Amino acid sequence: MARAARRLSEQINLSRRPALEGSETVMPWVTVRPSGPLSRLSLRAPEASVSALSKALGVTLPGKPKSSAEKAGRAVLWLGPDEWLVLDGAGNLASALQGVKQFHSAVDVSHRNVGIVVAGEGAEAALNAGCPGDLSLAAFPVGACSRTVLGKIEIVLWRKAEHEFHVECWRSFSDYAFAFLTEATRDAGQP
Amino acid sequence: MLLIRCPYCEEERPELEFRHAGEAHLVRPSNITAMSDEDFEGYFFIRSNPKGLVYERWRHIHGCARFFNAVRDTVTDKFVTTYKAGEPKPDLGKPKARLPRKSARENVGKGKPAKGRAEPR
Repeated sequence: MARAARRLSEQINLSRRPALEGSETVMPWVTVRPSGPLSRLSLRAPEASVSALSKALGVTLPGKPKSSAEKAGRAVLWLGPDEWLVLDGAGNLASALQGVKQFHSAVDVSHRNVGIVVAGEGAEAALNAGCPGDLSLAAFPVGACSRTVLGKIEIVLWRKAEHEFHVECWRSFSDYAFAFLTEATRDAGQP
Repeated sequence: MLLIRCPYCEEERPELEFRHAGEAHLVRPSNITAMSDEDFEGYFFIRSNPKGLVYERWRHIHGCARFFNAVRDTVTDKFVTTYKAGEPKPDLGKPKARLPRKSARENVGKGKPAKGRAEPR
């Protein structure tokens, strides 16, 4: 039985295929690419636990609406008064808060979300094709982040640089998000 | 697009991020098992639905996901004010009076105009 199962697994290609693998939209003024794998944590905690969690994560949890904090490849995005999204490109966040005794809820959502990077001078216009928020630098500066909508889906939007946005969407919506942004790049026009 | 001020995000956000959540300041009776059917019907089904200013619950569902309360004029669809859940009804001077036009304009004008952005398609 075990031998049969092994033979079967040798015949089937079991390598992992991330969502949007190989997808890429390149326009002269804007590109849309998947962000690659990230470790993600959905974190909820009351005010009293914030300092202990900040210490454990190595990043101070931002308390101001629409703000984010980043340190050594680890980013914490403010989503609500007691809710954060933690992203890490290198480390694994699943066990990062294991020793914290203070009351909190940390759920590993690494595989729930897919990240898409929209970069280039037309990034703002491309996103505004489906995102109704004001994305001008004055209203949405570098480092700003927010849960919002893109077309028919909910996303988390994070401005990493003046012309670079990180879009987090749910995995099953990633095809929609990517196709939407691809169409939007055509409409975005040369800035 | 209508801009609604979220008291938790502390700024005006597009209406697509929000969802209406019924009348505000309804107090659940503590003696539901003992009350008469008529009283329960009044609490459970009957809403005031006035023409003019209404106190409503709204939820910033595609934003901070928080419930808050809003005062809205059902005639003009203008939001007079929004405030955090649990806070008392704001004193609006004359509660039943129609919204004065001036304050309606002030409320709308509070949002920063989008500078240097293309017109919505």
